[in-house]
Amino acid sequence: MRKIYIPRDTASVSIGADVVARKFADAGFTVVRTGSRGAAWLEVLVEIETPKGRIGYGPVQPRDVENLIQCDISNGEAHPLYLGPVEEIEYFQKQTRITFARAGVIDPLSVEDFLAHGGFQGLKKAAELGPKEIVKTVLDSGLRGRGGAGFPTGIKWQTALDASPKQKCEQKYVVCNADEGDGGTFSDRLLMESDPFALIEGMIICGYAIGATKGYIYLRSEYPLTKDILTTVIANGYRSGWLGKDIGGLGVDFDLELRIGAGAYICGEETSLLDSLEGKRGMVRAKPPLPAIAGLFGKPTIINNVITLASVPDIFVNGAQSYAAHGVARSRGTLPFQLAGNVKRGGLVEVPFGTTLRELIEGFGGGTYSGRPIKAVQVGGPLGSYLPPESLDVVLDYEAFDAIGGAIGHGGIVVFDDSADMGQQARFAFEFCELESCGKCTPCRIGSVRGKETIDKILAGENPHENLALLEDLFETMELGSLCAMGGLTPKPVRSLLKHFPQDFGEAVMCAKQGAEG
Amino acid sequence: MATNLDINPALQFVKDTCSVHGNAPEKLLEILHDIQNAKGYIPNIAYVAIANALNLSRAEVYGVVSFYHDFRQTPPAQKTIKLCMAEACQSVGARELRAELEAEFGVEIDIKIPDSEIEIGTVFCLGNCALGPAVLVGGQVYGRVDAQRVKDILKGDNA
Ligand SMILES: Cc1cc2nc3c(=O)[nH]c(=O)nc-3n(C[C@H](O)[C@H](O)[C@H](O)COP(=O)(O)O)c2cc1C
Ligand code: SF4
Ligand code: FES
Repeated sequence: MRKIYIPRDTASVSIGADVVARKFADAGFTVVRTGSRGAAWLEVLVEIETPKGRIGYGPVQPRDVENLIQCDISNGEAHPLYLGPVEEIEYFQKQTRITFARAGVIDPLSVEDFLAHGGFQGLKKAAELGPKEIVKTVLDSGLRGRGGAGFPTGIKWQTALDASPKQKCEQKYVVCNADEGDGGTFSDRLLMESDPFALIEGMIICGYAIGATKGYIYLRSEYPLTKDILTTVIANGYRSGWLGKDIGGLGVDFDLELRIGAGAYICGEETSLLDSLEGKRGMVRAKPPLPAIAGLFGKPTIINNVITLASVPDIFVNGAQSYAAHGVARSRGTLPFQLAGNVKRGGLVEVPFGTTLRELIEGFGGGTYSGRPIKAVQVGGPLGSYLPPESLDVVLDYEAFDAIGGAIGHGGIVVFDDSADMGQQARFAFEFCELESCGKCTPCRIGSVRGKETIDKILAGENPHENLALLEDLFETMELGSLCAMGGLTPKPVRSLLKHFPQDFGEAVMCAKQGAEG
Repeated sequence: MATNLDINPALQFVKDTCSVHGNAPEKLLEILHDIQNAKGYIPNIAYVAIANALNLSRAEVYGVVSFYHDFRQTPPAQKTIKLCMAEACQSVGARELRAELEAEFGVEIDIKIPDSEIEIGTVFCLGNCALGPAVLVGGQVYGRVDAQRVKDILKGDNA
């Protein structure tokens, strides 16, 4: 029986992976549904097992299947979709896969497959170390939060570990932020659909470290397939003794529950997320108190992003030094960047910090999908800056990127070609803030509406100078007077657009901006 | 005394759903999801029933329903499409696709037109950003769509 691996993640299924899988099964193949390796441009990437390893074909469309079956697929060098040994495909070979090492390789639903590929080894090592040493190891690894803010994970865990040490019995929580709201990002989704037990392992380690026996995954509702996969995986975890009491015989207890959001971007903000988990409107809370001290139901709570938590097990398997050996300056380890939008070879690219946008977009991405010149690149989601092609050589580390007015955020990179209208993108930044603001503070709730309206006036050529001045004023009010980054950072993309693409806002703006610089 | 025969089963369903979730206020979103999955929207009668079961005020329940984009207070059209309007899909023509679909079906995005068979709504990102434009139809995400493919998907012809 010929064994064939076919991905089952949102991206591959969105272009026919289920149909492809069914056709191969009907033809008598043993089909294993893996997650995805993340090369969206090669989907559906079909891998056939041979004595020489897995041989890839892609991108396979449902209508290609019959033809593939007719040719000898185990030996199909002449086939136009033949890619050769999958591990040798340049797109994968040039990456440093740590967090995503198992993605696309294993059956994500299977505990046995996870264990056979080094799963739960990190938890075993961590359980030998004990809480204090775990936190120290995470600190030494240099791991910083991958959700956007880049806060050192070890410091956060230390705060929760130290919280209310006198009340030993007090409940603490681990919450995984799987709200992944930024347009142009999908690394959390890919991880949860391709190697979900890695996330669970990271959450158990975190729980053991801080003394929490209960965890939640807060997943956005826009990921229906991810929800199905996580539901199955959590049930499999309990059945196999890797969730619940005395996990893996290690004396560690951890319960895990999946919760689904309801389509609100702001619920990715950690305190809003907590309110939502409590069944309320997702209103942002003032800090302090930090969630690590008073979080879910007022109890000490660690909130970490999916990628942050899923990066933890490797740090225990291979050591903090090994993880920290990757990267530059204060950005250690790897980051799974996501090449999105108008890019030829879009997908997930896990590389150490210190690479450049050019290497990612041109080296991996191969330029635009349309074949036209690049006009702009937005990095770091809707609250991140738009950069012109001249900025592509800046080094991607948190601080260096910050210095040029950018933000790496969750690692989303959206490419626009020269047909894009940057005036519309500026309008959208305000519109998005208007739709997604939690409404707690005036500069964000009302400023977003006024901003959109002012951009419209500028684009219509109505008193551009006065309106530009008004906009500057509004930026400052939002930046200084907003409680969270939603209102505080919405000016960032707009400022960058006005700075780098004044020509898209009319002649008056162009002259004003050039005058200001010259 | 309810005379409408439809009301009682619906009310019972809401009560049962609350009870399945232990009548716990922190499960409000789960409860609302279950009701909407079954009924297509959150019917008016649900508010008091949920409020009573969870020991919340009716305003609190309404506040939650109105806060989240997912929850709807009116029944959906027969066919609903959610079109991704976030940045990565914008960069590959989501705005143009929206205009085409609006013209094709004679509807406006995010507005439910009475008697229209089709309703198009906005979603911000489906996690399929390398294969945009993306749409969500019947709980399934589709990538690299154009207006023709959306029509095929609605006809049930997915391949
Ligand atoms: C408006 C807004 C939206 C956010 N959305 C997300 C999100 O979708 N996913 C996420 O992990 N973090 C998001 N964050 C960041 C979280 O508030 C928080 O910093 C993060 O979950 C902490 O985890 P980390 O340290 O592992 O990154 C958002 C922040 C803001 C202000
Ligand atoms: S800045 Fe906006 S989203 Fe953040 S708390 Fe204020 S109103 Fe809410
Ligand atoms: S931006 Fe459209 S799917 Fe992510």
